[in-house]
Amino acid sequence: MIKKTKIIMGMPVTLMTPTELESEAAFHNTFSFFEQVDRLYSPYIDTSDVSRINRREINESDYSLEMYEILELATKTKTETNGYFDVWHDGIFDPSGIVKGWAIQRAANIMRHYSDDFYVEAGGDIQVQGENDHNAPWRIGVRNPFDRNQNVSVVSLDNHAIATSGTAIKGQHIYNPVTSEPPTDIVSLSVIAPKIIDADRMATAAFAMGSRGIGFIENLAGYEAFMIDTNKRVTATSGWKNFEVQEK
Amino acid sequence: MILAFVAYSIQQRNEGNQAMNRVVSSASPTASTDNLDSPSPANTATPTTYKNGTYTGKSADAFYGFIQVKATISGGKLTNIEFLDYPQDQPNSVTINQQAMPVLKSQAIQVQSAQVDGVSGATDTNHAFTESLGDALAQAHV
Repeated sequence: MIKKTKIIMGMPVTLMTPTELESEAAFHNTFSFFEQVDRLYSPYIDTSDVSRINRREINESDYSLEMYEILELATKTKTETNGYFDVWHDGIFDPSGIVKGWAIQRAANIMRHYSDDFYVEAGGDIQVQGENDHNAPWRIGVRNPFDRNQNVSVVSLDNHAIATSGTAIKGQHIYNPVTSEPPTDIVSLSVIAPKIIDADRMATAAFAMGSRGIGFIENLAGYEAFMIDTNKRVTATSGWKNFEVQEK
Repeated sequence: MILAFVAYSIQQRNEGNQAMNRVVSSASPTASTDNLDSPSPANTATPTTYKNGTYTGKSADAFYGFIQVKATISGGKLTNIEFLDYPQDQPNSVTINQQAMPVLKSQAIQVQSAQVDGVSGATDTNHAFTESLGDALAQAHV
């Protein structure tokens, strides 16, 4: 397996292919793309388009095509999730919740030019295609949020994506005295979908719904989910087991 | 969950388990401890003592936002953690989906040992928390 990791956008970005590719351009161009995404869409970089939009320095008519694509996805997701997903809060524009999945999707499109088999990951969200170095579907673990060295489910993915949402600190009343947000009772929620752009935005929205999120995904065709709650119990949608690798 | 975070970050730093228990009892009086794992037996480091006071950790990037904590030390132990900054990317008012919720079975976590190519998990915030708390504790170190 050929594997390279770089820290971009404050998180590890990993690319894998089962065998060495003829061209070094695949990894180089894909990493460069992620770096460009950080420069343009990070709300923490003053010169990014996102920061400039927040300072009202760019008019909507001057947005890039990519920015339109991201905004369109954000609007679509807001409708599909009954308002649980919104890139605007109190007049501040922060599309981070869309950008991560969108960037992995675009990166996968770059990798596809060079290889039929690949793995693209940014901060625990993964898109795979084809096979791993054992000529088998890619095997992805779902991390135990109570012990990051353990997996609590292992899935076998071929042309699918998995995204996990779980900002576990948020919503806890003792840590969150300034908002009226109710405490969340779930620790992490993972979503499998054919495309990472969809898995990522639905994982974010379903996590925001708390324990109702797993039911939301169950009702959504083409998606499966795996939830871990504060009592260290897991709940999966009915089709999750079709992806799961059974222990011998 | 909070306990797990605190336990995790303290184990990360090889600090004593007394500190963890102290945080548990003072910071979260309503939390149940029934589901907590025992502290790792491998963690036999001498309990660290801290200077009393409050220490603000550096702001750590969690990609979706920044995490910054303030640690309070009294009686030489970590007694409280306050969040000065944390990501707030969820809307406060939401429309609840009235669609019928299916009933799904739940079970206790089971650790899987199958070999994997990669791992999916939401660790960004967790790491940022650990980083900021670690920084605050380093300042408190005797």
